[in-house]
Amino acid sequence: MTIYSVEDLHFGFGDTEILRGISLQFQSAQMAAVVGPNGAGKSTLMSILSGFRDDYTGCCSFRGVEIRDWKKRALGRQMTFIPQMIRLEFPFTAGQVVFMGRTPHCHGLFESEEDREAVRKAMEITETTAFAHREFRELSGGERQRVVLAGALAQEPKVLLLDEPTTFLDLKHQISTYSLLQRLARDGIAIIAVTHDLNLAASYADRIVVMSQGRIAADGEPENILTSSMLKEVFEVDAEIRQSPEGRPWVFCQSRDAYRSRDREGAVTTPQPVSSIPGHLPETSPDTSPPSPPTSQPKC
Amino acid sequence: MLSRKKFWFAVGLSALFFGAVAGLAPLIGSSSIELSRALAGESPDHEILFYARIPRVILAALAGGALAMSGVIFQALLRDALATPFTLGVQSGAALGAVVSICFGWRTFGVLPAVWVTAFVGAAVTIAVVVSIAAEGHRMSSFTLLLTGVTINSICMAAILFLHYTAGFTQSFAIVRWLMGGIESRDYSTLVGLSVLTVAALIVAIAKANDFNVLAVGEEWAATRGVNLSSLMLLAYLLGSFLTASITAFTGPIGFIGLLVPHALRLAIGADHRVLIPTSFFVGGGFLIVCDTLARTVMAPAEIPVGVITALLGGPFFIWLLRSRRGSLWV
Repeated sequence: MTIYSVEDLHFGFGDTEILRGISLQFQSAQMAAVVGPNGAGKSTLMSILSGFRDDYTGCCSFRGVEIRDWKKRALGRQMTFIPQMIRLEFPFTAGQVVFMGRTPHCHGLFESEEDREAVRKAMEITETTAFAHREFRELSGGERQRVVLAGALAQEPKVLLLDEPTTFLDLKHQISTYSLLQRLARDGIAIIAVTHDLNLAASYADRIVVMSQGRIAADGEPENILTSSMLKEVFEVDAEIRQSPEGRPWVFCQSRDAYRSRDREGAVTTPQPVSSIPGHLPETSPDTSPPSPPTSQPKC
Repeated sequence: MLSRKKFWFAVGLSALFFGAVAGLAPLIGSSSIELSRALAGESPDHEILFYARIPRVILAALAGGALAMSGVIFQALLRDALATPFTLGVQSGAALGAVVSICFGWRTFGVLPAVWVTAFVGAAVTIAVVVSIAAEGHRMSSFTLLLTGVTINSICMAAILFLHYTAGFTQSFAIVRWLMGGIESRDYSTLVGLSVLTVAALIVAIAKANDFNVLAVGEEWAATRGVNLSSLMLLAYLLGSFLTASITAFTGPIGFIGLLVPHALRLAIGADHRVLIPTSFFVGGGFLIVCDTLARTVMAPAEIPVGVITALLGGPFFIWLLRSRRGSLWV
């Protein structure tokens, strides 16, 4: 089912054009990764999809109604957004931050049994129950990100927008977060995540949307989208695409320095994986060795 | 994550403190009175209790409660722990109004003292100007609100300095005294009006407490969690500003309560606005009653400006509180 229908979307700050005519659709039960170089307009697109920026031109309809015409409370029961990071000025506990996800559902001042249950479940899934009573500001970056994710789950959305959800996460939680998102998509939720990690996106997303200079540069299944020519054109890197053991595309980049050393010494250096997931080839290993697997699937 | 039990315990405890202080304060003063004589209507005990002390305690209670509450609201609105009811220029607008009255020698407008009227008008004009500038874009942002408010504040302060500079000696003294702030006895009809306004604001603020929680985290955060950002921000600004304006018109600026009480309570009971707003009202009210009682008794018959007491008494207490919670706060 089509959730978002975006048609010729434009947005700018003053004379600076950020989005220059975006047209695309997002479906439920699909996990889409939005990638692109810095300044491509990814975060701006997200803040329009989230209903936060409503001074765009063009059309952005959510479930058939223009997003700026939605009542916020009704919208908050359908969709939520996880920002890149939140900086808290006040001593809220992790549990209180998770509970904020219930705000659009809450009737009156106190939470209902249903609210409590949703919060409990969300914290269990994200393994954050242990710090429910700790102050949010005292948590590490990764723990905070999981608490924020728990808050989004407690909101029970049909659509989940994320802006770089794994920036501060350790390896285990990067994988468990992406598998969780994948599972949510299987359950019918539309996931739209901005990310810089092409290999995580390729491993988990059903679809990759590549943005460049305020336009859609490519859009489709990871296998068709991740190509050397696209990476050269959009990201300005020389990269090689191979296959992960699971048959997903896996991007290896060659850094500029590597080229310089090759030019000087005539030696071929090994491409570097762009992901923080293991797959890094030691300098001495032969070019033909397959990259190590992106670690085993988590159990959760 | 707030149980009814915890809510009523915290609110009940703060209300108890408020009630105890409000009950005892009228009995304390420079001239000793007997309660039985006062209740029997005997002079002068009756007059001292009912026309000097009780109205003064009520005004202190309302002013303290309103300032603490509007401190909480402005801190959530601006997501700035250092915001006070005076950050956005409401107080200096009121002060400019009052100073104009004093300089031009206006005494009354109809039945109302001119200083009250012009102080309130000054504050209202400031509020209108700040809103019209900050809301000019497509949506209100706390950043524009802050910059506009601080700028208006500086402009008003400059105008006050200029008027003060040109004023004569008596007027100059009156201006300085007004700017120090102070609680005085007011007639009951004024107090009833002020009570209705303050309690109405308290109820609205508590009803919106869940929304203030998400607003205190961030604008996009709030907008995607069921909050209509523009109307909530406008409501918060108007609520905090009109509370501050109506109190300041009667008392002059009384500093520190709007900063100290909310933070002391956040350290004690956390940041949840559902508890923070009502407890701030009660503790702020109780605290100002204590300060004003000291102001009128310590150097009796002379009075110490109450703003001096709030800072002298509250400052060291607050630093002690910060130090005792160093582990969690000073990271």
